[in-house]
Amino acid sequence: MVPLSYYLVLGGILFACGVTGFLTKRNIITIFICIELMLNGVNLTFVAFAAQWKALSGQVFVFFVMVVAAAEAAVGLAVIIAVYRTRETLNVDRVNLLKL
Amino acid sequence: MTPNLHLWLIPVLPLIGAAINGLFGRRFSRQIVAGLGLSFCGAAFAQALWVTSQFSALSTPQTEMLAQWIRAGDFSVDFAFYLDQLSLVMLLVVTGVGFLIHVYSVGYMWEEGGFYRFFSYLNLFMFFMLTLVLANNYLLMFIGWEGVGLASYLLIGFFFLRDSAASAGKKAFIVNRIGDFGFLIALFLLIKHFGSLNFEQIFRSVVPMTPETAGAGLMTAIGVLLMVGAAGKSAQIPLYVWLPDAMEGPTPVSALIHAATMVTAGVYMVARSHVIFEHAPMALMVVAIIGTLTALFAATIGVCQTDIKRVLAYSTVSQLGYMFMACGVGAFSMGIFHLMTHAFFKGLLFLAAGSVIHAVGGEQDMRRMGGLRTKIPWTFWTMTAATFAIAGFPPFAGFFSKDAILFRAFTSPYGSWVYWAIGVFTAFLTSFYMFRQWFMTFFGEYRGEETAGHDQHSRAGAHAPHGHSGIHESPKVMLIPLVILAILSVCGGWVGSERFDKFLSPVFHPHPFTAFSGPVAPSVPEPKSEGASETVFTLVSVGVALLGFLLAWQLYYRRPGLPQKIAHALDGFYEAVLNKYYVDELYAVLFVKPLVDGSAKLLWHGIDQNVIDATLDSSADGAREVSDTMRHMQSGNIRSYAGWVAAGAALVIGYMVWTGTR
Repeated sequence: MVPLSYYLVLGGILFACGVTGFLTKRNIITIFICIELMLNGVNLTFVAFAAQWKALSGQVFVFFVMVVAAAEAAVGLAVIIAVYRTRETLNVDRVNLLKL
Repeated sequence: MTPNLHLWLIPVLPLIGAAINGLFGRRFSRQIVAGLGLSFCGAAFAQALWVTSQFSALSTPQTEMLAQWIRAGDFSVDFAFYLDQLSLVMLLVVTGVGFLIHVYSVGYMWEEGGFYRFFSYLNLFMFFMLTLVLANNYLLMFIGWEGVGLASYLLIGFFFLRDSAASAGKKAFIVNRIGDFGFLIALFLLIKHFGSLNFEQIFRSVVPMTPETAGAGLMTAIGVLLMVGAAGKSAQIPLYVWLPDAMEGPTPVSALIHAATMVTAGVYMVARSHVIFEHAPMALMVVAIIGTLTALFAATIGVCQTDIKRVLAYSTVSQLGYMFMACGVGAFSMGIFHLMTHAFFKGLLFLAAGSVIHAVGGEQDMRRMGGLRTKIPWTFWTMTAATFAIAGFPPFAGFFSKDAILFRAFTSPYGSWVYWAIGVFTAFLTSFYMFRQWFMTFFGEYRGEETAGHDQHSRAGAHAPHGHSGIHESPKVMLIPLVILAILSVCGGWVGSERFDKFLSPVFHPHPFTAFSGPVAPSVPEPKSEGASETVFTLVSVGVALLGFLLAWQLYYRRPGLPQKIAHALDGFYEAVLNKYYVDELYAVLFVKPLVDGSAKLLWHGIDQNVIDATLDSSADGAREVSDTMRHMQSGNIRSYAGWVAAGAALVIGYMVWTGTR
């Protein structure tokens, strides 16, 4: 059996990749994907622990996260499309009308 | 069965007047303000008269309990008033003379700004003064004591736009504080040792004690400290310096507060505490010595003053010295007798001087007066009565009281020929400077015209721009009080020291609670066996008064050039006296300057600026510098915020992992 730490390290790497991308990328879609990456890093941790401790609540949480992520993806993509239509760019640094 | 005297009304009535005038007086016309001020003061006087009419039927002393004030364990202080012969005399003097001066003020202050303020303060003063004389315990007396100080401060600085008036007010207040400090310590000692501040209770426990003839003890300490308080309020050495400066106030104020009533509070207090003083011969001696020295010292200064009001101020200091001399030799009733006659004639002198100042348009320098006799006859004749009274000519009031004091100073068991000799010499000086003033003001040629163009007459502040042309007699409202006081100055002494002594004897001699008569020093002074008959003393005091008159007549009427020559001959000494022996300068160097420098250099620059302010400033600077570096985190860039969040989270997780693995 694969030890728990492998899953955790993999989840950590996924999460770190997500964070790094989130902080460095300017393209809004890339940032979006990075968020998904972070969520899935967390999901992996959840299911790893659930498998380890034979507890179902971890699995249930993952479902919740997936549902929320799906909803977010739908709303987020809609927003991105709306932004692109008005601003004609996907660079977040240019989407700064609300900034003083 | 004693009727309810409603003593509380006497002080409270003027308080109501003060409140109404003080709060709403600005909107009232002068007539209403004057009417209110006069009627409340007059009502207090009427009430005092009514109490007097009931007095013979009363069993004295009367105590009227109003309310409990402080209760702490066994110690309690009440709002309660106390009426005996002594407070009755004070009551009549304060309300009577006070009312007359109120009337006079209507005329004198009519054209001044702040008319309502003036009457409000005057009424306030009456309230505190009456509280002082009616109190049945030292603490309530202290309230009145402080209150008259406050009213005095407000009224000295009445023309507050003039710098000298404002600082004179402050000086009076601060010098009085020094005296009050002594008074307060005396009160603490009384509380500690007797557990009470009530006059009757204290005196009842003091009476059985043995007098401290051998050495100084508790009674002496209390007595001396009380005298420190009295010296502040009654302008005795070394705290007399405020009174001459207090002449910056309007003249009715000088008459009421700084001659007739407030400054005599110290005498009243010493007389009220006579039981304590009789048990402390050394404290009595201190009182007598201070009084005698002050009488002489102030009289010599008075000789050289040229400001009409300052002559009177030093004369007041000197006469108060007489009163303390009387108290100090155990003749308390004579001190009070002189207090009463002094209230009449000195109040009159001030009011008449005010009338003179009014007449010559604000001039106060006697060198610019002269020849006013025919121009303002009413003022002249009333002032003449007062001058003869203070100089001690029979049958004027001052003769009786001063003569009695001098007689007692010699014959009393506490007395000594030294007090008497200095007293007689002071009487001579008094007569001299008063007649000097009289001649300079009313006789000879008028010397005001040639210097009228100078701006010298701005001393009287708002009085200068009266717009009157020429010298004119004062209005009737000012003259009537003058005449009444003149009558009192003439007749006030006819009651005679014997009868006055007898009237006050229930207060001063056998205490109703002294069933026992132990080794208390005899408070009824037995004449010494030297066989000095009273007639000789009388002749001597009349003689010196006459001498003073003749000298003044010679120097200031017959040969007006002579004083100049004498002044030149006595150059250094004359300078010293003219400058009041440089006492103010001495105090400035000894006390004021070290205090100011100490506060400025040590407390202000040293502690306040370098320690307190510096601490605050540096902590504020530190906070600003830290914030200055921290604010760069707040860049507005979303991703840098996210970075900080991530870094923070990494930090927390790292910490948890680190602690978890240990």
